[in-house]
Amino acid sequence: MFFDSDLLMSALRALTPILLAALGGALCERAGVFNIGLEGMMLMGCFTSVATSWFTGSAWLGVLAAALAAAAYSLILAVGAVTLRGDAVVLGIAMNLLAVGLTSFLLRTVFGVQGTFDDPSLAGLPLVGGFTPLAYLAFVAVAVAALMLSRHVWGLRLRGVGEAPDAAATLGVSPAKYKYAAVLISGVLCGLAGAQLALGNVTLFSENMTAGRGWIAVVAVMLGRAAPVGVLLAALLFGLAEAAGFRLQGVGLPQQATDAAPYVVTLVALFLSTARRRRRTANSPSGATT
Amino acid sequence: MTRPPVDPTVELRGITKRFPGTLANDAVDLTVHRGEIHALMGENGAGKSTLMSILYGMERADAGSIRIDGREVTFGDPSAAMAAGLGMVHQSFKLFDSLTVAENVVYAAEPRRFGLLDRAAARRRVRELAEEHGLAVDPDARVGDLPVGLRQRVEILKLLHRGARTLILDEPTAVLTPAEADALFAVLKSLAAQGRTVILVTHKLREVLEGSDKVTVLRDGRVVARLVTADTSADEIAAAMTGRAVDLDRVHAPGTPGDAVLEVTSLTTDAVHDVGLTVHAGEIVGIAGVAGNGQSELVEALAGLRPVTAGQVTLKGRDITHVSATERRAQGLAYVPEDRHAVGTAPAASVADNLAMGHHRTSLSAKGLLPPATVRTHAGRLIERFGIKAATPEVPASALSGGNLQKLLIGRELAHEAPLLLVEQPTRGVDIGAIQNIHDQIVAYRDAGHAVLLVSAELSEIRGLADRVLVMYEGRVTATYTKDEADEQALGLAMAGGAVAPTEAVD
Ligand SMILES: Nc1ncnc2c1ncn2[C@@H]1O[C@H](COP(=O)(O)OP(=O)(O)O)[C@@H](O)[C@H]1O
Ligand SMILES: [Mg+2]
Repeated sequence: MFFDSDLLMSALRALTPILLAALGGALCERAGVFNIGLEGMMLMGCFTSVATSWFTGSAWLGVLAAALAAAAYSLILAVGAVTLRGDAVVLGIAMNLLAVGLTSFLLRTVFGVQGTFDDPSLAGLPLVGGFTPLAYLAFVAVAVAALMLSRHVWGLRLRGVGEAPDAAATLGVSPAKYKYAAVLISGVLCGLAGAQLALGNVTLFSENMTAGRGWIAVVAVMLGRAAPVGVLLAALLFGLAEAAGFRLQGVGLPQQATDAAPYVVTLVALFLSTARRRRRTANSPSGATT
Repeated sequence: MTRPPVDPTVELRGITKRFPGTLANDAVDLTVHRGEIHALMGENGAGKSTLMSILYGMERADAGSIRIDGREVTFGDPSAAMAAGLGMVHQSFKLFDSLTVAENVVYAAEPRRFGLLDRAAARRRVRELAEEHGLAVDPDARVGDLPVGLRQRVEILKLLHRGARTLILDEPTAVLTPAEADALFAVLKSLAAQGRTVILVTHKLREVLEGSDKVTVLRDGRVVARLVTADTSADEIAAAMTGRAVDLDRVHAPGTPGDAVLEVTSLTTDAVHDVGLTVHAGEIVGIAGVAGNGQSELVEALAGLRPVTAGQVTLKGRDITHVSATERRAQGLAYVPEDRHAVGTAPAASVADNLAMGHHRTSLSAKGLLPPATVRTHAGRLIERFGIKAATPEVPASALSGGNLQKLLIGRELAHEAPLLLVEQPTRGVDIGAIQNIHDQIVAYRDAGHAVLLVSAELSEIRGLADRVLVMYEGRVTATYTKDEADEQALGLAMAGGAVAPTEAVD
């Protein structure tokens, strides 16, 4: 059997980091900040969690430190795009590049190794029913985010800020405050995503170990229309693709081909969703006037 | 109607505001009493918006003081002004399109239950306010789907929800149809009757005369007149605004029509059904109608921007029904589109380049090149001839005021000396002074023997300029009048769909 409960389990494991990061991206999107720095923030989380776990012996302290470090790192985007009104795309790309360089450098100076650091005594996250607690937390976060966005006053204001910051400002709501909050929360979530990747999915740090998952999270935000449940479904699709890729290796396909599975799915999904959107705008009767 | 004297609710004293190079407000005093509709008038750039921004805490005055209900206040931001009972509807609406009416109304002042937004209470609140003030609107509708008239209601509901006792409306009717504007004034009058105060910023005379109690006129940042509406006239207000006497309802002498230039038979396209009309040389044909009755589509079809489904269009006897816009221009058509920002001009390009557009193919081109010196001279000529106020011809078109941008556009098109001019809403949002200038130019163009097809939603403009008037209603020409027959009543009735029977345009 190709599709079985094992495949689903490994899909759910693959999904967790993408889902956490994409939730953060969705909040930013709703607040009107285009955040493509998820990859870099996640990678900072990976390194910080491994380093902290190694030196303190506690995986949980690793998780905490990862959340804080990635949140601090996300300030680059908050200050740059919100306060200084810089280009969020340029800032996001810079953050992603900087994170690769910075973590590789720290790997060498702190651990004295190149490429990969792993050690049998490095404390990883415990498993509960086959998953780390962070995996459960990710699903709770989906529910909380959905509730906050659609029913809570804070979510209403955040959505307003993202759509028409001027209008929010005239009503005494500070757009900058909400944008900062969204970016910082995305930092925390990406930190957790990184910890899940480095102390949950595996127990090691290797250079550029996020391998595009942050970018896939960006795509998940788009596919899911920045809605928590939509993002969950999109992340599930990518999780399945990654798990199926592993499985195909077992069938004998070369690893280089199977590793590409999530990215191929990303491309196909993007094509399909933009084609659908294009058709819809072409059909809308008021397309010319609004 | 006389009201018992009441204490002023808003008092501005000696408000002065200087921007680099401009004294926007020069020791302005404004006193508004409770329960009154107070019109603040002035041409573009007179300083109205600046004064209201200062009152509303969005700008800081360099000098002067503000008293609300007798107490001196200083507002650091709009929320402080709101807390003092002020509320403002901005000229460009400040709404969230993807949110519902109820969400927009309660935004940042939400009813809550356990920290969550209480949707039921928000809906109820909107219904109550709507009922109380005659502002019916569906609380669950998405604001982005609403027509402008209803969006404005949402803006007013927003202020009422916050308990605003003084409402400031900046150019509220600029985007409304006449019927929507009438509905707005009915609401404002009932608000004033309940003891709320309304400050109305506008430059439309008719509605000020019909809808306000008092008028304060600004010119160049200074108060030049304080009038009681009942004792004043349109001419007096217009003279105060412009600083000279203006004849508002000037009806230009009729032209002497020659040969047919544009002939349209049974034209059908989106929103236009079976329209026939003829425009002769030396004649202005006016198309009246409430916006959205097919006028724009008709003009676009004539300009070659919209495919024709049936019927025929000839220009000077030549069939141009399926000819491209470029080719039509080459055959003798000039076009002033309704939207001067998005369609008529390139906002980021310089005034000189904007004036050269279209002429680049003909008079300005030297062996396919555009010599900068030629472009400059051409710009200089038009700037002088049409009185366009631009710091230099090199400033971007976006730096011009609405009236000057419109003069630029009309000047550029008239300079083609094309046999046929299509002109749409030539004076929308333009000052009285500039309106006169533009009208004179169009009449002079006709008197030089050109044909003009004029589309306007302003009745006074149609009556003042057109030699013949067609009324469009729901995509059809439902009535045709000569200049003498076209009185306000007949046109108004026909525009509302009350024409007796569809008549063919007579040649
Ligand atoms: N932020 C600003 N910076 C510089 N000049 C300004 C600014 N706002 C308005 N002005 C100038 O102040 C004058 C008054 O403008 P405004 O109050 O907008 O007039 P109105 O609303 O009556 O059309 C104009 O000359 C305008 O160019
Ligand atoms: Mg203004």
